[in-house]
Amino acid sequence: MSSSVAAKRPLSLNLIIGGFIVLWLILAAFPFIWTVWGSFKVQADFFSRQSWWNAIFGPYTVQQTGAPFTGDGYYGAWVTRDFWRAVGNTAIVTVSVTVISLTLGTLGGYALARSGQRYAFWILIIALVFRAMPHITLVSGYLLPFFQLNIWGVLPTSIIVLVAINQPFTLWMLHSFFLSIPKDLDESAMVDGCSRFEAFRRVIIPVMWPGVVTTGLFSFLLAYNDFATTSMLLSADNQTMVPKISSFLGSVQEAGNVMYAVAAVVSATVPLFILVLFFQRQIVSGLTAGAVKG
Amino acid sequence: MRPLPFYFALTTRGRAVPHRTFFAFILPSIVAMLLFIALPIVSVIVQSFYIEHQQVLVEVENCQPFGGCTKTVRVDAAATAEIKASDPLGRFNGLGTYLNRSHLAVDEIGVIFASNTGLGDIVARIYNLPFYKALAFTLAFCAIVTPLAMLLGFAIALAVDALPRLTKGPVIFFSLLPMIITPLIGSLILYWMINPQGILGATLQQIFHDPNLSLRGSPALTWLTLLFYGVWSNAPFSFVVFYAGLQTVPGDTLESAMIDGASRWERIRYVIIPHLAPLATFVALVQVMDNFRVFEPIVGFSAEANATSLSWLVYNDLSGDSQLFGSAGATSVLTIIGIIILLTPVLLRTWREFNQKVV
Repeated sequence: MSSSVAAKRPLSLNLIIGGFIVLWLILAAFPFIWTVWGSFKVQADFFSRQSWWNAIFGPYTVQQTGAPFTGDGYYGAWVTRDFWRAVGNTAIVTVSVTVISLTLGTLGGYALARSGQRYAFWILIIALVFRAMPHITLVSGYLLPFFQLNIWGVLPTSIIVLVAINQPFTLWMLHSFFLSIPKDLDESAMVDGCSRFEAFRRVIIPVMWPGVVTTGLFSFLLAYNDFATTSMLLSADNQTMVPKISSFLGSVQEAGNVMYAVAAVVSATVPLFILVLFFQRQIVSGLTAGAVKG
Repeated sequence: MRPLPFYFALTTRGRAVPHRTFFAFILPSIVAMLLFIALPIVSVIVQSFYIEHQQVLVEVENCQPFGGCTKTVRVDAAATAEIKASDPLGRFNGLGTYLNRSHLAVDEIGVIFASNTGLGDIVARIYNLPFYKALAFTLAFCAIVTPLAMLLGFAIALAVDALPRLTKGPVIFFSLLPMIITPLIGSLILYWMINPQGILGATLQQIFHDPNLSLRGSPALTWLTLLFYGVWSNAPFSFVVFYAGLQTVPGDTLESAMIDGASRWERIRYVIIPHLAPLATFVALVQVMDNFRVFEPIVGFSAEANATSLSWLVYNDLSGDSQLFGSAGATSVLTIIGIIILLTPVLLRTWREFNQKVV
């Protein structure tokens, strides 16, 4: 609709639109740019009461380290405080959660999309209610049984819990994606003598990847961004990045090493930047899939 | 074609999948959800009726040569641990936890209503009870952030739609960041900026010439900060959905509205907004669900002195040295009841529409 209308738009309106967008972009992007820049300074510069110009030019950084930029915060976080271990744990958790969620979700979502039975509707509605449960309320149900079974604190437990928490969303999204694949495709394969599973394997799997990639991105984000479950279910040695940052926040603040936390935060943000950079189109289409397509 | 609301196209009819095949496909998912969502809910309900064991106390007589004997009571740690190990759930407490001061506070509310100095006093005193304080913030967060974020998202969507083609991509990229960022990390980044030594906090102090000004200082400012964070991180989702919806506005309808002399504002009011209404229902539903579990920003902004939420109460009970499973369970059950009340209208409507479709 924009092309035909744009030509007739008065200049004043264009200025308002432009100004509004610039304002929003500053609001959305500036905190990140500021923190990335500041993470290469010393604390006296990044947290300066005198003037925020200090964070830009870094006079104390030059004074203390001899150069306008320093990687001390990163060294402190990754090496001194063992952040690398948390990064490894996050990699294991997110990749496992994504792969398992998608395997279960594609099978279930396909069945729901093709069923046509009343109970398929009810499963989707129950999944919607499960999707609404605050994660922390579920966590309070896990702890005692997990202590009893002696499976608290290890990565596999958290992975399975995150997969389960993720299922309602994955089912909904893949269900609506499979609805958009014409039924005739797998049904004609079945007329040719395939069983339902063979039809799924030979006909549906080759065409399902766009939907699976989009859903996978959101499964990844859920596992990556989780704080409520991983902070309660993982022991200190097995922590992933987000609970790790939260747990060393207090101690580094007391020791005057807040820059460790700043560097860790920036380190945890970078993968998300890269994700949006490469998968912007899939993220946008995934967000709208539930709404526009049904 | 108008976009369908998400619940219309739940299933398509045609050649039905046999029950056996259907369950073979969906079984793993169902088992995962039953074991790790349904069962924990049951476990939470059971826990909420129990309370931690009392500590075993022993009386010890201490006799000194000249001072006579004094009796002191101390905790028998070994015996306490033994009881705890033999019966980890604790002792049965019925609805006791639900009614105590940290939850529904029935007695305290009774006292407040029996003796008070007016409506303001009632509200202030109820707000001082921990559960109601958290409930107030959680509901306020849902009710304020959801519509504001949707409005801001809609405005951004209209503005981005009017931009030249080339700039749209980068603008969308930066707009996605507040939503995609880990909530705890996003709130830490903002928290460091509004810190009295951070760029925004220090600048505000200079503008108002008040060296003690801190956004964490008063409840009102803390609420404002958290609400701002909520709108900031929720707006991109509304923006993306509404922006996609704008791409499907039928050009014919817009053009005929223009020929009929509709102004820019009238076209938005009578063509675009009705077209986007079903999407708005979807966005509101998702955001209310997400905002009701608000939790990470309270940790990130260290705001617990002035603002708490239901999820934060559960987290607070569970973390720390003595994990209060009974208390956490009761708050969780009350939270789940809250979510079900919020979802009821949506579920009823979906159910009615589904039945109409079947008949």
